[in-house]
Amino acid sequence: MKNFSKSALAVMTAILLLNSASPAQTDWIRTGTGLGVEKVRLAAANFKSSTADPRNAALLTSFNDTLETDLENAGIFDMVSKSFHPTSIPASPPEVKFLEWSGPPPNASMLAFGTLGVTAETMTVQGWLDDVKNPLSAQVLAKQYQDKATTDAARMTAHKFADEIIFRLGGGIPGIAETQIVFISSRSGHKEVWMMDYDGANQRQISKMGSISLSPRISPDNSRIAFTSVTAAGGWQLQMFSLELARTVSFPRFGGTNVSPSWSPDGSRIAFSSSQSGDPEIYVADNGGRSSKRVTTSPGPDVSPSWNPKTGSQIAFVSGRSGLPQVFTMEADGTNPQRMTDQGYAVSPAWSPNGQFLVFSWMRKYGPGAPGAQDLYIMDIVSKQWVQLTHDGGRNDFPAWSPDGRHIVFQSTRSGAEQLWTMLADGSNARQLTTSGRNTQPNWSWK
Amino acid sequence: MKHVSRFISVLAVGSALLLGACHHKPLPVPPPPTPPPPAPTASLTANPNSVPRGESTTLTWETTNATDVQIDGVGPVNPTGSRQVTPADSTTYRLVAKGSGGSQEATARVTVEAPPPAATTETTGSLTEEQQFNQSVKDIYFDYDKYDVSAAQQSSITTTAQYLAAHPGIRFSVEGHCDERGSTEYNLALGDNRANAVKGALVRAGISGDRVRTISYGKEKPFCMASTEDCWQQNRRGHFVYQK
Repeated sequence: MKNFSKSALAVMTAILLLNSASPAQTDWIRTGTGLGVEKVRLAAANFKSSTADPRNAALLTSFNDTLETDLENAGIFDMVSKSFHPTSIPASPPEVKFLEWSGPPPNASMLAFGTLGVTAETMTVQGWLDDVKNPLSAQVLAKQYQDKATTDAARMTAHKFADEIIFRLGGGIPGIAETQIVFISSRSGHKEVWMMDYDGANQRQISKMGSISLSPRISPDNSRIAFTSVTAAGGWQLQMFSLELARTVSFPRFGGTNVSPSWSPDGSRIAFSSSQSGDPEIYVADNGGRSSKRVTTSPGPDVSPSWNPKTGSQIAFVSGRSGLPQVFTMEADGTNPQRMTDQGYAVSPAWSPNGQFLVFSWMRKYGPGAPGAQDLYIMDIVSKQWVQLTHDGGRNDFPAWSPDGRHIVFQSTRSGAEQLWTMLADGSNARQLTTSGRNTQPNWSWK
Repeated sequence: MKHVSRFISVLAVGSALLLGACHHKPLPVPPPPTPPPPAPTASLTANPNSVPRGESTTLTWETTNATDVQIDGVGPVNPTGSRQVTPADSTTYRLVAKGSGGSQEATARVTVEAPPPAATTETTGSLTEEQQFNQSVKDIYFDYDKYDVSAAQQSSITTTAQYLAAHPGIRFSVEGHCDERGSTEYNLALGDNRANAVKGALVRAGISGDRVRTISYGKEKPFCMASTEDCWQQNRRGHFVYQK
């Protein structure tokens, strides 16, 4: 295993961002601009008012800002700066002046535009996506949305339209603008489970355990959150929060320390670490905590399982069996353990949605007296080659993948106390999502 | 990569120097001709510093160069003075003296002794069983990323086991703690190994495992908050807690 060069990084990035995307992408991008690693040049025109309602202005601001941010965040577009937009903004397809958008200065390939208008209590959004380099058959997308006339609804509608565009131009991979991130926040005075929209908006408290809660993991169907809390009588026990019932539901208790749950991709099973035998080992149980079966047997900490979301048949985990913690993989029944990292202090593996990569937190040179650089790395499972994603910016830990495999959310001390950040899976475009209290252990919803 | 590691070493050395400097208060120097505002000084004593429950003690303090003097739980006070207090429980009084030259803290601990229970043979003198326990057991300290009880800690195990063998009615828990470095989840598992290692050592020394409950706090409840090797060592421990 060795560190590889910049060109290898570029290749891996290309694989990451475009793998499995190409066939559908060539279908959609008839102008050919989306082939290879080149990003689609996209202009998102400000939507226009379609009624005379005075509430339109505030909703349009919210909608336009959210749409622009979502498309920028997607990582697959080269966005045309709004200062390059022509002065005449279309409000319907016949009004599009193709050459003004496809020629300089915008040089756009694609144009998103539309209208928003409130009538009575209903907001109606009409959105289009045109291939402006192909005037004879320009329309790629035409969508109408209706919802309540609130800024929250305007944001959600922008997320939906952004996801449609990303789906069409991003090779048929669903966008993430409607996804959620669960995490741990100390801002209430206790470490509790919190949830937010993928862009950091709409942060709200989920659990009210009043003790210490850690390691929230959302189920593949978005209906439940598994986490762990310290309880007065029973130490660390797994907890199951139902988002449908808005409360914790009963879950079996085990002896010892029970932490770090991970869902199998079909939602039927949970892997977790339990010291019910007197030593922390990985167990696999059904999603109700029954039929639990021990799958590791080595002395020392075995913790932080992460299921391969593609196959459902392997688990990555952290083990101290050989000294300092290292990342291992194994079959879900515990056979064929493979050590993936060969030095330092390696923790918090998360398996990419396509099953090809692990992202994890690593202090490559760790030991008493060693500097505390803790960075995120991505490793190709088959070759064990790795790339460093973060560089000397505080302690970076608990990376988790977005469902499209293009983004990673993680905790970092680069701005002071632990906060949550997202970045593209190649390490670029880092954005801070939280600022209040200490925020840790993010986990991205599966859809 | 080389540049980066050199940069880190420089940082590390720099911060070590800074941290080192923090431990030694600068010696008082005579004021120069145009002096900066002198730093405040403060002292706080409690006499007696140990009282039976319900009785009072006298706090006495002295400050200099301070314009704002506060004692937690008492409030704003004169720069120099004394006051009788009757704490309900053992209390650490903290005085903060603020002046234009900075601020200075002083603390004084008053231990409140509970009245001796009416009919307990376990207590000797005025100490409760819990106080006796806390004085007699010895927390076990661990090396970095290790969970085995080292030979150096064996005498603490022996002392603790002797006390526990002489007081077979006491039930207790062992909390496994870790320093702030590394992952939350890994440290919970490591702390569990530490708590169980202490339990195992006591069982080997003849103490029944039924009396012991173990729990890991990982790095969630540190004893010491600084990012120093001293502090980290304080936090890597198996901590005994009286349960009865």
